[in-house]
Amino acid sequence: MAEDLGFNDEQIRRYARHIVMPEIGGKGQKKINKAKVLCVGAGGLGSPIAIYLAAAGVGTIGIIDMDKVDVSNLQRQILHSHKDVDKLKVESAKETLEALNPDVKVITYAEKLTSKNVKKIIKDYDVVVDGCDNFATRYLVNDACYFDKKPNVYGSVFRFEGRATVFIPDDGPCYRCLHPFPPPPGEIPSCQEAGVLGVLPGLIGLIQATETLKFILGLGKSLKGRLLLYDALDMSFKEVKLKKDPNCPLCGKNPKIKELIDYEHFCSGV
Amino acid sequence: MVKIGKSINIKGEVCPFTFVKSKLAIEQIGSGQVLEVILNNKEAIENIPRSMNDEGHKVLEVKKINGTDWKILIKKK
Repeated sequence: MAEDLGFNDEQIRRYARHIVMPEIGGKGQKKINKAKVLCVGAGGLGSPIAIYLAAAGVGTIGIIDMDKVDVSNLQRQILHSHKDVDKLKVESAKETLEALNPDVKVITYAEKLTSKNVKKIIKDYDVVVDGCDNFATRYLVNDACYFDKKPNVYGSVFRFEGRATVFIPDDGPCYRCLHPFPPPPGEIPSCQEAGVLGVLPGLIGLIQATETLKFILGLGKSLKGRLLLYDALDMSFKEVKLKKDPNCPLCGKNPKIKELIDYEHFCSGV
Repeated sequence: MVKIGKSINIKGEVCPFTFVKSKLAIEQIGSGQVLEVILNNKEAIENIPRSMNDEGHKVLEVKKINGTDWKILIKKK
Protein backbone atom coordinates (compact mmCIF):
# COMPACT_ATOMS: atom_id res chain seq x y z
CA MET A 1 0.00 0.00 0.00
CA ALA A 2 1.10 3.52 -0.68
CA GLU A 3 1.42 5.97 2.20
CA ASP A 4 -1.57 7.83 3.57
CA LEU A 5 -1.14 11.28 2.13
CA GLY A 6 -3.42 12.82 4.76
CA PHE A 7 -4.30 16.19 3.26
CA ASN A 8 -7.20 18.06 4.82
CA ASP A 9 -9.85 19.59 2.59
CA GLU A 10 -8.28 23.04 2.61
CA GLN A 11 -4.89 21.57 1.70
CA ILE A 12 -6.42 19.63 -1.19
CA ARG A 13 -7.78 22.92 -2.52
CA ARG A 14 -4.68 24.97 -1.71
CA TYR A 15 -2.33 22.58 -3.51
CA ALA A 16 -4.74 21.37 -6.22
CA ARG A 17 -2.70 22.89 -9.05
CA HIS A 18 0.35 20.99 -7.89
CA ILE A 19 -1.48 17.76 -7.18
CA VAL A 20 -3.06 17.57 -10.65
CA MET A 21 0.33 17.54 -12.34
CA PRO A 22 1.57 13.99 -13.00
CA GLU A 23 5.14 15.05 -12.13
CA ILE A 24 4.10 16.28 -8.68
CA GLY A 25 0.88 14.65 -7.46
CA GLY A 26 0.03 14.19 -3.81
CA LYS A 27 3.39 12.53 -3.14
CA GLY A 28 5.34 15.44 -4.57
CA GLN A 29 3.24 17.90 -2.60
CA LYS A 30 4.00 15.92 0.55
CA LYS A 31 7.72 16.26 -0.22
CA ILE A 32 7.24 20.02 -0.45
CA ASN A 33 5.28 20.05 2.81
CA LYS A 34 8.05 18.15 4.57
CA ALA A 35 10.90 20.23 3.13
CA LYS A 36 12.99 22.61 5.22
CA VAL A 37 14.49 25.58 3.44
CA LEU A 38 16.71 28.30 4.88
CA CYS A 39 16.48 31.74 3.25
CA VAL A 40 19.58 33.80 3.89
CA GLY A 41 18.27 37.35 3.83
CA ALA A 42 14.73 38.74 3.95
CA GLY A 43 15.39 41.45 1.39
CA GLY A 44 14.96 41.83 -2.36
CA LEU A 45 15.76 38.21 -3.24
CA GLY A 46 14.53 36.70 0.02
CA SER A 47 11.09 38.25 -0.45
CA PRO A 48 9.95 36.43 -3.59
CA ILE A 49 11.84 33.30 -2.55
CA ALA A 50 10.12 33.05 0.83
CA ILE A 51 6.70 34.17 -0.39
CA TYR A 52 6.48 31.67 -3.25
CA LEU A 53 8.00 28.82 -1.24
CA ALA A 54 5.44 29.50 1.48
CA ALA A 55 2.65 29.57 -1.11
CA ALA A 56 3.92 26.26 -2.51
CA GLY A 57 3.67 24.80 0.98
CA VAL A 58 7.32 24.36 1.99
CA GLY A 59 6.78 23.08 5.52
CA THR A 60 9.60 24.84 7.31
CA ILE A 61 11.11 28.12 6.18
CA GLY A 62 14.01 29.55 8.16
CA ILE A 63 14.87 33.20 7.63
CA ILE A 64 18.00 34.91 8.84
CA ASP A 65 18.37 38.68 8.67
CA MET A 66 19.54 41.13 11.32
CA ASP A 67 18.16 44.28 9.68
CA LYS A 68 15.06 46.31 10.35
CA VAL A 69 12.68 47.34 7.58
CA ASP A 70 13.62 50.71 6.09
CA VAL A 71 11.33 52.66 3.80
CA SER A 72 14.03 52.45 1.09
CA ASN A 73 13.54 48.65 1.06
CA LEU A 74 9.93 48.83 -0.02
CA GLN A 75 10.72 49.54 -3.68
CA ARG A 76 11.52 45.82 -4.06
CA GLN A 77 11.24 43.88 -0.78
CA ILE A 78 7.66 42.67 -1.07
CA LEU A 79 7.69 40.71 2.19
CA HIS A 80 7.39 44.05 3.98
CA SER A 81 4.84 46.85 3.93
CA HIS A 82 4.75 50.47 4.94
CA LYS A 83 3.34 49.49 8.32
CA ASP A 84 6.44 47.33 8.97
CA VAL A 85 9.02 50.13 8.81
CA ASP A 86 11.39 49.86 11.82
CA LYS A 87 10.21 46.31 12.55
CA LEU A 88 12.75 43.48 12.38
CA LYS A 89 12.66 42.09 8.84
CA VAL A 90 12.38 38.53 10.11
CA GLU A 91 9.33 39.45 12.19
CA SER A 92 7.67 41.21 9.30
CA ALA A 93 8.52 38.23 7.06
CA LYS A 94 7.06 35.74 9.53
CA GLU A 95 3.80 37.69 9.69
CA THR A 96 3.53 37.88 5.89
CA LEU A 97 4.29 34.20 5.36
CA GLU A 98 2.04 32.89 8.11
CA ALA A 99 -0.80 35.05 6.84
CA LEU A 100 -0.30 33.56 3.38
CA ASN A 101 -0.15 29.91 4.42
CA PRO A 102 -0.83 28.60 7.93
CA ASP A 103 0.75 25.26 6.95
CA VAL A 104 4.20 26.85 6.99
CA LYS A 105 6.37 26.93 10.10
CA VAL A 106 8.58 30.03 9.97
CA ILE A 107 11.73 30.02 12.07
CA THR A 108 13.42 33.39 12.45
CA TYR A 109 17.00 34.33 13.23
CA ALA A 110 17.43 38.06 13.89
CA GLU A 111 21.18 37.85 13.82
CA LYS A 112 24.18 38.20 11.59
CA LEU A 113 25.37 34.99 9.98
CA THR A 114 28.91 34.30 11.18
CA SER A 115 31.40 31.45 11.35
CA LYS A 116 30.20 30.90 14.91
CA ASN A 117 26.50 30.34 14.24
CA VAL A 118 26.26 29.24 10.59
CA LYS A 119 26.86 25.53 11.17
CA LYS A 120 24.24 25.31 13.89
CA ILE A 121 21.69 27.21 11.81
CA ILE A 122 22.03 25.38 8.49
CA LYS A 123 22.25 21.87 9.91
CA ASP A 124 18.47 21.45 10.16
CA TYR A 125 17.72 22.47 6.58
CA ASP A 126 17.55 20.49 3.32
CA VAL A 127 18.38 23.45 1.08
CA VAL A 128 20.00 26.85 1.65
CA VAL A 129 18.90 29.71 -0.60
CA ASP A 130 21.32 32.59 -0.68
CA GLY A 131 19.55 35.92 -1.02
CA CYS A 132 22.22 37.96 0.73
CA ASP A 133 23.60 41.29 -0.43
CA ASN A 134 27.25 41.11 0.63
CA PHE A 135 30.41 39.15 -0.02
CA ALA A 136 31.14 38.22 3.58
CA THR A 137 27.85 36.34 3.87
CA ARG A 138 28.04 34.90 0.36
CA TYR A 139 31.44 33.30 0.98
CA LEU A 140 30.39 32.13 4.42
CA VAL A 141 27.23 30.50 3.02
CA ASN A 142 29.20 28.90 0.21
CA ASP A 143 31.86 27.49 2.52
CA ALA A 144 29.43 26.33 5.20
CA CYS A 145 27.22 24.62 2.61
CA TYR A 146 30.28 22.91 1.13
CA PHE A 147 31.50 21.67 4.52
CA ASP A 148 28.03 20.50 5.57
CA LYS A 149 27.06 19.13 2.13
CA LYS A 150 24.00 21.31 1.67
CA PRO A 151 22.77 22.49 -1.73
CA ASN A 152 23.22 26.25 -2.09
CA VAL A 153 20.86 28.05 -4.45
CA TYR A 154 22.65 31.25 -5.41
CA GLY A 155 21.34 34.51 -6.84
CA SER A 156 22.51 38.10 -7.02
CA VAL A 157 21.32 41.36 -8.53
CA PHE A 158 23.03 44.56 -9.59
CA ARG A 159 21.39 47.51 -11.36
CA PHE A 160 19.64 45.85 -14.35
CA GLU A 161 21.44 42.51 -14.23
CA GLY A 162 21.04 39.36 -12.24
CA ARG A 163 22.69 35.95 -11.93
CA ALA A 164 21.63 32.61 -10.58
CA THR A 165 23.00 29.11 -10.28
CA VAL A 166 22.96 26.08 -7.97
CA PHE A 167 25.96 24.73 -6.10
CA ILE A 168 25.80 21.06 -5.05
CA PRO A 169 28.78 20.07 -2.86
CA ASP A 170 31.11 17.55 -4.53
CA ASP A 171 28.89 17.55 -7.61
CA GLY A 172 29.91 20.49 -9.73
CA PRO A 173 31.52 23.81 -8.91
CA CYS A 174 31.15 25.99 -5.81
CA TYR A 175 31.12 29.79 -5.66
CA ARG A 176 34.88 29.86 -5.06
CA CYS A 177 35.43 27.97 -8.35
CA LEU A 178 34.09 31.17 -9.99
CA HIS A 179 35.56 33.72 -7.62
CA PRO A 180 38.22 32.14 -5.37
CA PHE A 181 38.41 35.10 -2.99
CA PRO A 182 36.35 38.24 -2.31
CA PRO A 183 37.44 41.40 -4.12
CA PRO A 184 39.07 44.11 -2.04
CA PRO A 185 36.44 46.55 -0.69
CA GLY A 186 37.52 49.44 -2.96
CA GLU A 187 37.12 47.44 -6.19
CA ILE A 188 33.40 46.98 -6.21
CA PRO A 189 30.61 49.53 -6.30
CA SER A 190 29.40 50.63 -2.89
CA CYS A 191 25.70 50.31 -2.17
CA GLN A 192 25.10 53.98 -2.85
CA GLU A 193 26.47 53.52 -6.37
CA ALA A 194 24.73 50.23 -6.92
CA GLY A 195 21.05 50.79 -7.49
CA VAL A 196 18.76 47.99 -8.48
CA LEU A 197 15.65 47.97 -10.63
CA GLY A 198 12.89 47.12 -8.17
CA VAL A 199 11.48 44.19 -10.13
CA LEU A 200 14.86 42.57 -10.80
CA PRO A 201 15.23 40.64 -7.52
CA GLY A 202 11.67 39.40 -8.10
CA LEU A 203 12.75 37.62 -11.24
CA ILE A 204 16.07 36.29 -9.93
CA GLY A 205 14.51 35.27 -6.61
CA LEU A 206 11.89 33.27 -8.45
CA ILE A 207 14.55 31.46 -10.44
CA GLN A 208 16.06 30.52 -7.07
CA ALA A 209 12.66 29.47 -5.72
CA THR A 210 12.05 27.40 -8.85
CA GLU A 211 15.40 25.62 -8.51
CA THR A 212 14.62 24.98 -4.84
CA LEU A 213 11.28 23.35 -5.64
CA LYS A 214 12.86 21.29 -8.44
CA PHE A 215 15.51 20.08 -6.00
CA ILE A 216 12.89 19.14 -3.40
CA LEU A 217 10.84 17.29 -6.02
CA GLY A 218 13.81 15.77 -7.83
CA LEU A 219 12.49 17.13 -11.12
CA GLY A 220 14.08 18.48 -14.27
CA LYS A 221 17.57 19.70 -14.99
CA SER A 222 19.04 21.98 -12.35
CA LEU A 223 21.17 25.08 -12.90
CA LYS A 224 24.09 23.15 -11.38
CA GLY A 225 27.18 23.86 -13.48
CA ARG A 226 25.41 26.64 -15.39
CA LEU A 227 25.43 30.31 -14.49
CA LEU A 228 22.30 32.03 -15.76
CA LEU A 229 22.82 35.70 -16.57
CA TYR A 230 19.83 37.98 -16.99
CA ASP A 231 19.88 41.44 -18.51
CA ALA A 232 16.66 43.35 -17.89
CA LEU A 233 17.47 46.16 -20.35
CA ASP A 234 18.07 43.67 -23.15
CA MET A 235 15.40 41.36 -21.79
CA SER A 236 17.78 38.49 -22.47
CA PHE A 237 19.15 35.45 -20.72
CA LYS A 238 22.61 34.01 -21.28
CA GLU A 239 24.09 30.86 -19.91
CA VAL A 240 27.72 30.26 -19.01
CA LYS A 241 28.97 26.74 -18.35
CA LEU A 242 30.66 26.47 -14.99
CA LYS A 243 33.31 23.90 -14.29
CA LYS A 244 34.65 22.72 -11.01
CA ASP A 245 38.10 24.28 -10.59
CA PRO A 246 40.66 21.62 -9.59
CA ASN A 247 42.62 24.44 -7.93
CA CYS A 248 39.62 25.81 -6.04
CA PRO A 249 40.81 26.90 -2.59
CA LEU A 250 37.72 25.25 -1.06
CA CYS A 251 36.61 22.25 -3.12
CA GLY A 252 39.75 21.65 -5.23
CA LYS A 253 42.27 18.81 -4.94
CA ASN A 254 44.47 20.58 -2.42
CA PRO A 255 42.15 22.85 -0.53
CA LYS A 256 43.67 25.71 1.43
CA ILE A 257 40.46 26.69 3.17
CA LYS A 258 39.68 24.19 5.88
CA GLU A 259 37.62 26.30 8.23
CA LEU A 260 35.03 29.04 8.03
CA ILE A 261 36.21 32.61 7.50
CA ASP A 262 34.53 35.83 8.60
CA TYR A 263 35.43 38.40 5.97
CA GLU A 264 35.05 42.05 6.82
CA HIS A 265 31.52 43.28 6.05
CA PHE A 266 31.61 46.12 3.61
CA CYS A 267 28.96 48.09 1.87
CA SER A 268 28.40 46.46 -1.50
CA GLY A 269 25.60 46.28 -3.97
CA VAL A 270 26.79 43.27 -5.93
CA MET B 1 -16.76 -9.11 -9.73
CA VAL B 2 -13.99 -6.53 -9.45
CA LYS B 3 -12.37 -6.23 -6.03
CA ILE B 4 -12.38 -2.60 -4.88
CA GLY B 5 -9.17 -1.42 -3.17
CA LYS B 6 -10.54 1.95 -2.16
CA SER B 7 -13.81 3.81 -2.65
CA ILE B 8 -14.46 7.54 -2.48
CA ASN B 9 -17.67 9.50 -2.63
CA ILE B 10 -17.15 12.92 -4.20
CA LYS B 11 -20.79 13.84 -4.79
CA GLY B 12 -21.21 17.60 -4.66
CA GLU B 13 -17.56 18.22 -5.52
CA VAL B 14 -16.72 20.34 -8.58
CA CYS B 15 -13.87 20.40 -11.12
CA PRO B 16 -10.92 20.35 -10.71
CA PHE B 17 -11.29 19.00 -7.17
CA THR B 18 -13.19 15.98 -8.46
CA PHE B 19 -10.00 14.91 -10.23
CA VAL B 20 -7.67 16.12 -7.46
CA LYS B 21 -9.49 13.94 -4.91
CA SER B 22 -9.59 10.96 -7.28
CA LYS B 23 -5.90 11.36 -8.00
CA LEU B 24 -5.00 11.54 -4.31
CA ALA B 25 -7.09 8.42 -3.70
CA ILE B 26 -5.40 6.42 -6.46
CA GLU B 27 -1.97 7.47 -5.17
CA GLN B 28 -2.87 5.77 -1.92
CA ILE B 29 -3.58 2.31 -3.34
CA GLY B 30 -1.14 -0.22 -4.71
CA SER B 31 -0.40 -0.99 -8.33
CA GLY B 32 -3.11 -3.15 -9.89
CA GLN B 33 -5.68 -2.24 -7.24
CA VAL B 34 -9.01 -0.69 -8.20
CA LEU B 35 -10.37 2.68 -7.12
CA GLU B 36 -14.11 3.25 -7.09
CA VAL B 37 -15.29 6.85 -7.47
CA ILE B 38 -18.93 7.77 -6.81
CA LEU B 39 -19.86 11.17 -8.23
CA ASN B 40 -22.64 13.30 -9.66
CA ASN B 41 -20.72 16.05 -11.47
CA LYS B 42 -21.47 15.75 -15.19
CA GLU B 43 -18.19 17.25 -16.43
CA ALA B 44 -16.15 15.03 -14.15
CA ILE B 45 -17.80 11.89 -15.54
CA GLU B 46 -15.89 12.59 -18.75
CA ASN B 47 -12.87 14.42 -17.35
CA ILE B 48 -11.80 11.96 -14.66
CA PRO B 49 -11.58 8.93 -16.99
CA ARG B 50 -9.68 10.99 -19.57
CA SER B 51 -7.13 12.30 -17.06
CA MET B 52 -6.73 8.88 -15.46
CA ASN B 53 -6.05 7.39 -18.90
CA ASP B 54 -3.52 10.17 -19.56
CA GLU B 55 -1.71 9.20 -16.38
CA GLY B 56 -1.53 5.59 -17.55
CA HIS B 57 -4.24 4.04 -15.36
CA LYS B 58 -6.94 1.82 -16.82
CA VAL B 59 -10.56 2.91 -16.63
CA LEU B 60 -12.55 -0.30 -16.20
CA GLU B 61 -16.06 1.08 -15.99
CA VAL B 62 -18.11 4.29 -16.12
CA LYS B 63 -21.70 3.51 -15.11
CA LYS B 64 -24.82 5.34 -14.04
CA ILE B 65 -25.97 3.78 -10.79
CA ASN B 66 -29.18 5.73 -10.08
CA GLY B 67 -31.04 8.86 -11.15
CA THR B 68 -28.21 11.22 -10.23
CA ASP B 69 -25.03 9.28 -9.47
CA TRP B 70 -22.30 7.62 -11.45
CA LYS B 71 -19.60 5.12 -10.63
CA ILE B 72 -16.13 5.03 -12.16
CA LEU B 73 -13.78 2.10 -11.63
CA ILE B 74 -10.09 2.72 -12.29
CA LYS B 75 -7.29 0.16 -12.09
CA LYS B 76 -3.99 1.70 -10.94
CA LYS B 77 -1.05 1.21 -13.28
